[in-house]
Amino acid sequence: MLNQKYGIGEKAPRVDGPSKVTGEAKFTADIRLANMLEARVLRSPFPYARIRSIDTSQAEALDGVVAILTGTDMSDIDPYYGHAVRDRPIVAIDAARFVGDPVAVVAAENAQIAAEALELIRVDYEELPAVTTIEAALADGAVRVHDTDALRLGLFHGLGDFRPHDNICYEHHMAKGQAETVFAEADVIVEGEFRFPAVYQYALETHAATAVWHGADQLEMWANCQHPYLVRAELADMFDLPKANVRLHVPFIGGGFGSKSYTRMEPIAAAMARKAGRPVRVVNSVTESMWTSRRHNMICRMRTAARADGTLLARTAEMWLDTGAYADNGPRVVATAADAAPGPYRWTAYQVDAYGVYTHRPPSGSYRAFGATHLEWIGESQVDQVARKLGMDPLEIRVKNLLKPGEPVRIPGKPMDADLIGDIRKVAEGLEWDKPRPPRVGRGMGIGLLAAGSRPVSTAFARLESEGTVTVLVSTSELGQGARTAMSQIVSQELSIPLSQVRVPDGDTMVTPYDRSTGASRSTTLAGGAVHLAALDLKDQLIAIAAAKWNVAKSDIILRDGRAWVGDQSATLSELLFYHFGFSGGELFGRGIVRPEQGQGTYAAGPVFWEVCVGGVEIEVDEETGRIHLRKIVSVADVGTAVNPAMIKGQEMGGAAQGLGNAIFEEMVFSDGQLLNGTMADYRVPKMDDIADEFVSYIVQNEDGPGPYGLKGVGEGILAAMPAAIVNALADIGIHINELPATPERVWRAIQQSKNV
Amino acid sequence: MNAQPTFKLTTTINGKPVDAEIEPRTLLIDFLREYLGLTGTKRSCDMQVCGSCTVLVDGKPVSSCSTLAYEVNEHEVLTIEGLARNGELHPVQQAFLDEYGLQCGYCTPGMVLTTIALLDENPKPDDSEIKSFLSGNLCRCTGYFPILNAVRRASEKLAQEES
Repeated sequence: MLNQKYGIGEKAPRVDGPSKVTGEAKFTADIRLANMLEARVLRSPFPYARIRSIDTSQAEALDGVVAILTGTDMSDIDPYYGHAVRDRPIVAIDAARFVGDPVAVVAAENAQIAAEALELIRVDYEELPAVTTIEAALADGAVRVHDTDALRLGLFHGLGDFRPHDNICYEHHMAKGQAETVFAEADVIVEGEFRFPAVYQYALETHAATAVWHGADQLEMWANCQHPYLVRAELADMFDLPKANVRLHVPFIGGGFGSKSYTRMEPIAAAMARKAGRPVRVVNSVTESMWTSRRHNMICRMRTAARADGTLLARTAEMWLDTGAYADNGPRVVATAADAAPGPYRWTAYQVDAYGVYTHRPPSGSYRAFGATHLEWIGESQVDQVARKLGMDPLEIRVKNLLKPGEPVRIPGKPMDADLIGDIRKVAEGLEWDKPRPPRVGRGMGIGLLAAGSRPVSTAFARLESEGTVTVLVSTSELGQGARTAMSQIVSQELSIPLSQVRVPDGDTMVTPYDRSTGASRSTTLAGGAVHLAALDLKDQLIAIAAAKWNVAKSDIILRDGRAWVGDQSATLSELLFYHFGFSGGELFGRGIVRPEQGQGTYAAGPVFWEVCVGGVEIEVDEETGRIHLRKIVSVADVGTAVNPAMIKGQEMGGAAQGLGNAIFEEMVFSDGQLLNGTMADYRVPKMDDIADEFVSYIVQNEDGPGPYGLKGVGEGILAAMPAAIVNALADIGIHINELPATPERVWRAIQQSKNV
Repeated sequence: MNAQPTFKLTTTINGKPVDAEIEPRTLLIDFLREYLGLTGTKRSCDMQVCGSCTVLVDGKPVSSCSTLAYEVNEHEVLTIEGLARNGELHPVQQAFLDEYGLQCGYCTPGMVLTTIALLDENPKPDDSEIKSFLSGNLCRCTGYFPILNAVRRASEKLAQEES
């Protein structure tokens, strides 16, 4: 058993696997506290309505109803939250701003009673004219979603000097050189207007939170949140508590994909429990989760200019992203979308203008590879268009223009840190790019960049107990990405102990130390970096103990097979601890801290790394129906160093499936602010019989990442690459798409249009 | 509390007889999760689309979110908790582990139970039969390839055990 070691690069089994196949793994909604109430949320049926009054008397009279929370119950706290813009009350105070906006909450002895009680609440609404599309919100004299002068910025706003105005929640501009001058001298110009739909992340586990107050000033919660420390800070601020008085447990999370980043149902559960004086659990339905977080729909106009020899010269992009009624993570999404617009190419000039637009629709936030997914398919389709105009091969034009390692990407910022040309050549190899295409079969590739890593602040402890077991205390949330397995492998590698001797428990802000967030592909790089340092710290302590025990130099000691060795003498870790403490007790702590360079406050040379968003597809189109059949997907995971190749491949396959959904199936359809397809019977995600005939996966290991062993994050890039590759594969056979998803109807119409030309 | 009418339920859950007094409106998923504490059965779409809440009733896959508890009166229910015997995983559970057929694990109980029902009905399914049978179980993490591999592997393993 001791030799069963799974260090770096090994196909280690998932450490959470056994508990997940037996049903033992606990998710937030699986946790039941003694005396706990169930809460249900009454939500607005109008996109915009003033709330004149709420009559809860009938609902309160229902047996089993314990308490009801409305906007008038929050006068002794600060009810507004929003990490970027503090524009969102726990429940509506003056007005409801989208269909689905929480208006009241009922806590009852069971969920059925709470649901019944919702029907008995009478709300006197005054329906107001609403702006439910980007165009309406931007029109002259448009109704304002917020009184922006009164808005405060959030605790983690990152907006710089910007303040929301009109219906603009954030804007981001980037320029290099004089784009218009360069356009005037170009040989080829392509341009177009593109539309990206609102999309639902659909983590199968919906948002859930359970809260219990201990006295008036201690709040304890269980929640499926990706960023427990950021949520803790917001809760502490709202309820005016020291952060240490808010304890957040994060059990296993049933998929995140960004939908569970930042604060979600936690304030509702906390405020409801406070009023009821008992523990409260709130669990969203799928429809409610669609109203809680989604991907921004977007309108984008882009132009790309090139020289006759295929040198890309200049690009302009203007984009408007619908952030819905509340900013949520909209500002960051807008900035990342702007950042993704120029793509991974060398430009003489570019001009990018990106706007986040408030509308009376459900709020938009993070979804895997945000920004990059919005822009890559647009930029990449224009690169292909330029190539077609010039009679160039799409591979050739990319090789000619892709940034090389060390070249500046944006100024300021981290220079190119990956071998993009090597990556795109791998895609071509996997697609057998030069082989003749059968009829109706198209091939396409896409490559882009995602600014990854977020703020590099992560900490970890590793406890070595006396019998040689290591418990890793780290606050990265396990969303399915395999963080606990990766962390275990890092410790296993450094201490030379079997995976079975390493444990990674649930996140708990009272116990597991600070981690900025679980997102932006940062966990293995940054939290993993902290765990790596903690393991090295333990290793150093063990070696010092062994050196003292045998009275030799530290450099004479090596760790191998779970033992410390000097020559052919050896001792188990347990024996070393016995020697150190003088009996079979005591333990050692390793400490790991990852932070930006001292004194800079921000990651000045950011991003932490450039995640490469690269992939290719081969598709076949049925011209009669417009249906796309996926013959092959090629993924290239440029990871620096692979901790667990099997799990990386899993991330690529899962990301590709979501990319397929974004590209050809998924769209939240709205009419006058009403979500028309708000159930999983109506909202179509990829199913098992939609998968490609073949999945070709490459893992590129150039040890060029900033994490331990030269690794960097993975898992988002392929999502952004898929729509780009699919749109280019369609264009390869003459089908031009400028609005996603490329549904059979849109593809069929595009085919008819191409026949009429 | 309201004096709701009650129903005397007599059923078998994971091989053990269970008697309970329930409200007739109680859904099977709530009976399992809230009354019996068998939280391995997961709720997601609530409308028989996603398969997360799948349990086997007399060996057939059923969406417990859309089944009333009284419908399993005098029937046998198998949930994910009833699969492993004496700590030893069922071959289908082991196959999902071996093939990385799970990530977040939320769809896994339903996937495993649906696979057992498939292989019971059709011990050697081809790929299109697997895809068709499991198309009522959604997974957002794996992209399905590893699950397809897990079902193939489980089918082979069960065939070996038979012979």
